[in-house]
Amino acid sequence: MHELRDEAPVAPPAPIKRGRAIVVTSGKGGVGKTTTTANVGAALGATGATVALVDADVGLRNLDIVLGLESRVRFHVLDVLEGKAELDDALVSDKRVPTMKLLAASQTREKDDVDTQAFRGLIERLRERFDYVLIDCPAGIETGFQNAIVAADEAIVVCTPEVSAVRDADRVVGLLGERVSIRLIVNRLRPALVRRGKMLSVDDVNAILRLPLLGVIADEPGVIVSTNKGEPLALDVASATGDAYRKIAGRIAGTDTSAPDIPREATFFEKFFGGRR
Amino acid sequence: MIDFFNRLFNPKPSSATARERLRLVLLSDHLALAPDVVESLKLDLIAVISKYVDVDAANCDVTFEQQDRAVAMLANIPILGMKPADRKPPAGPAAPAAPSVAQAPEPPSFTDSAPATVAAIHEPVADAVIIEAVPGSPVAPKPRRRRRRRASVTPAPAAG
Repeated sequence: MHELRDEAPVAPPAPIKRGRAIVVTSGKGGVGKTTTTANVGAALGATGATVALVDADVGLRNLDIVLGLESRVRFHVLDVLEGKAELDDALVSDKRVPTMKLLAASQTREKDDVDTQAFRGLIERLRERFDYVLIDCPAGIETGFQNAIVAADEAIVVCTPEVSAVRDADRVVGLLGERVSIRLIVNRLRPALVRRGKMLSVDDVNAILRLPLLGVIADEPGVIVSTNKGEPLALDVASATGDAYRKIAGRIAGTDTSAPDIPREATFFEKFFGGRR
Repeated sequence: MIDFFNRLFNPKPSSATARERLRLVLLSDHLALAPDVVESLKLDLIAVISKYVDVDAANCDVTFEQQDRAVAMLANIPILGMKPADRKPPAGPAAPAAPSVAQAPEPPSFTDSAPATVAAIHEPVADAVIIEAVPGSPVAPKPRRRRRRRASVTPAPAAG
């Protein structure tokens, strides 16, 4: 695992800053929202931008695990909303990405405990201090989803090439409405299956959703390994998937104008020597 | 190897099945109409049009299509001929359903009989009746308008 260290220190909070609030959502559970949030956040942070990652999945928090920061969480979102902790004390730092902070969800509470307006106020406070506020939305379209989208004006819809995921993503796009600008990440694509006609292609998915494509992430063992270790692939300079996340970050930041690549199949050589990490 | 034989004997890949299922499920999601409602809509539609012209009820085709993020209903109803009672004199104004009658080239085989009437019959047959049913979704942008041409030639009206 190679780490990208950033030379730039955290910028002092500008007085009239208003960072971008981006919600990562999907409707269906288990398509990779949290992994996407962690990796896109880390990739944005690695460029020197200040990033706050907010886990809005109250009751089922996982973003801290995927980032490998679970042992450092002392306070959570509801502690801040209910005045039991200061925002600064609840923001968890990450040594690997000094400009990135995590605000963890509350594991022992329920989504209905979150006051929508208070949550919106919290996101607004974060926007005054960070370039990007990434909100990891819970699955479903109930209270947790409504809370997560209310303060965002951009959305990343994560969708896997499956009928159920596309259907749910379509529903979510309808619920997000025209207020929010939406972009798509197709996750867990298996190029070999697409070629053999056993998986929906990126075009098939986007023929339905018709969203600007932010990127395509392959279904590869490295993603699972990185989650096991709590080390986002976006920080691994040797990983092709990490590179895909870094390009997604570049497209969000507007520094990368290249069209997203569709992951290619592993060659025989790669199959033979790969997959050992 | 098994894969090879599967492909040999079952040529439709499962992704095609997935696409088709997705298309159908999203149509009903967006339309919020049960399949039996769609069927009775189709029958009513045919019944209404049959009041004015003879339609080929067996070959009527009512489908729903995704157009961007909206749904369009496309009804393709072949017309066999005018009902004798509804025949308008050739000098009469064109029906509002076929405003392009004047520009429509006359089909050569009908030129010796009442030309305007023939053109009036011909034109609606050339185009499918297109009705766009857009549900009250706040995100649905304006669907693309689409005209569908039918390849079939109008059968001779029951004049003889």
